[in-house]
Amino acid sequence: MQAFTVHRGIAAPLDRANVDTDAIIPKQYLKSIKRTGFGPNAFDDWRYLDPGQPDADNSGRRPNPEFVLNQPPFDRATILLARENFGCGSSREHAVWALGDFGFRAVIAPSFADIFFSNSFKNGLLPVVLAENAVDELFRRVQAEPGLEIEVDLQTQEVRVPGGPAFRFEIDSDRRRRLLEGLDDIALTLQHADEIRAYEERRRREAPWLIVG
Amino acid sequence: MSGKTLYDKLWQAHVVHEEPDGTTLLYIDRHLVHEVTSPQAFEGLRLAGRKPWRGGSVLAVPDHNVPTERRDLGIADPVSRTQVETLEHNVAEYGLRFFPMRDLRQGIVHVIGPEQGATLPGMTVVCGDSHTSTHGALGALAFGIGTSEVEHVLATQCLWQSRSQSMLVRVDGELRPGVTGKDIVLAIIGAIGTAGGNGYAIEFGGSAIRSLSIEGRMTVCNMAIEAGARAGMVAVDEKTIEYVRGRPQAPTGELFEQAAAAWRDLVSDPDARFDRVVELDAAGIEPQVTWGTSPEMVVPVSGRVPDPARERDPVRAEGMRRALSYMGLQAGTPIAAIRPDKVFIGSCTNSRIEDLREAAAVVRGRRKADSVKLAMVVPGSGLVKQQAEAEGLDRVFLEAGFEWREPGCSMCLAMNADRLESGERCASTSNRNFEGRQGQGGRTHLVSPALAAAAAVAGHFVEPAQLEG
Ligand code: SF4
Repeated sequence: MQAFTVHRGIAAPLDRANVDTDAIIPKQYLKSIKRTGFGPNAFDDWRYLDPGQPDADNSGRRPNPEFVLNQPPFDRATILLARENFGCGSSREHAVWALGDFGFRAVIAPSFADIFFSNSFKNGLLPVVLAENAVDELFRRVQAEPGLEIEVDLQTQEVRVPGGPAFRFEIDSDRRRRLLEGLDDIALTLQHADEIRAYEERRRREAPWLIVG
Repeated sequence: MSGKTLYDKLWQAHVVHEEPDGTTLLYIDRHLVHEVTSPQAFEGLRLAGRKPWRGGSVLAVPDHNVPTERRDLGIADPVSRTQVETLEHNVAEYGLRFFPMRDLRQGIVHVIGPEQGATLPGMTVVCGDSHTSTHGALGALAFGIGTSEVEHVLATQCLWQSRSQSMLVRVDGELRPGVTGKDIVLAIIGAIGTAGGNGYAIEFGGSAIRSLSIEGRMTVCNMAIEAGARAGMVAVDEKTIEYVRGRPQAPTGELFEQAAAAWRDLVSDPDARFDRVVELDAAGIEPQVTWGTSPEMVVPVSGRVPDPARERDPVRAEGMRRALSYMGLQAGTPIAAIRPDKVFIGSCTNSRIEDLREAAAVVRGRRKADSVKLAMVVPGSGLVKQQAEAEGLDRVFLEAGFEWREPGCSMCLAMNADRLESGERCASTSNRNFEGRQGQGGRTHLVSPALAAAAAVAGHFVEPAQLEG
């Protein structure tokens, strides 16, 4: 997994609450059996004026000029600024893959939906939870100075704005460590293989109906 | 010390290892797999040279992409076909239990798990699908996961989890006639909001929940995720045990009785403490209809589309305005004046036999309104379809001008050929009314099966009891 330490980049303001994963990557693109190639279809329904198809070339499509990620410099954004309950709805990890493929390394919001939140960590996308007023402040700064680069620092657990305040964020220590070091989750878990086997032994005795088949 | 909640009991029974910060390696008993969220997981497993830890825990089925008509022709869309074939190859390679598209037992993953007795009380159940919360209706800890976690469970039979907070949603009192599990859960989401359950595992309790059948409880738990909750669950009672008895993969004989004795303990202790308790009066719940693009945008069928001008929070008001514009609705419009173009009865929320009976009871002896272009019924599984046909429900629907289809997710998310065209309005028994969910530009109103059926007959939303004829 890609490690995350410090990232500095343009932040794009996506000023909507409850952005769901259907919006981040619409269902027709979920038919892919790959993990990559979703970037051009991130936010597809909002981003283009004409409908798209999986496996099709997007270069001839009409971008929606109203959509923030079509407006330079936000088309080069690597940090997404969002509102509450970001990533709600479907569990599709494709949403995280699409954001990563677009170029995002971090999403900052007052709250995230659970599954999206944990999916992000598996893919080196850092979801940062900041208080509502901090997010408001970031929206104001970014909208006032488009192209403003902000810094997300996982080591110090801070979001920094040039010449402005630094906002501290909380993150669970285990997830932080895995992301900082870009560790392979499965390999780590398999270090506990003996414990898993011991658990299974015990459950076979105590609740034999569970380990059928 | 206070007693344990159902969630505490389920959690503690599955702890394999706990880190000092509380992050826990949790054992997974049952792993349900479908074609959309699994290909990359199997690919990852293969690339790392790993094998499934306990292949017997897996039950796999194609449901999202499958056609609901003319299965004999196979899947026309080559991209969909590849995805289903990829699942077929993966289950064959690793020798996993699988119901192919033409198997009578095939269906929506959350319908067939309980139907087969593959999901049982006391289990941890995961699937790369957010509506896995459905299985919590059996007193299981069931939740959706992403594809990386699917791979992780395949490889290790475990997941790293941190414990959720606990919420009790208690619905007490007697339900009005015609009010269903769907209406209860929509009313709950309306009350706490789509983010209201974030960070929580919700237990649904109270006399109104206990009065529901197991299938009704599944409808409620199914939409726990729409309230933002990690999991939804209902305590075990005798209904649960009778529901499970005799299912193909359930234990039998002495082992069943032994299991049932353990399952009876899967209730929250009387003195258990919850981090949050929400109470709803069952008698006050009316049949519900969503008007917007989030399940929390919901009102009773007798109500009106709300006015954003009266919303104080500017972000919410803007969300409401955007929803009204997307839905093509004016504030103040009576819900009863909204006229759907299509009606969809199906999805893992409402495609079980009782749902179809409830809809058929409304439709019987009536006809679909001419203004409704399409009314389709998509049973949740081949077995549900078979049962419905044995009861003659298919004829009730067909005679009323409805279509009777093969099982799958269908127009719940429109990954197959069943979808709304831009601007079309649908009365749907599914669980998400997000923009574009049922087809780009499509407009979804979430309702119970009875209300969907009534809308198909009347051509507008109406309480079934008020239908003429
Ligand atoms: S029926 Fe709808 S919500 Fe349920 S699993 Fe299928 S697509 Fe998901």
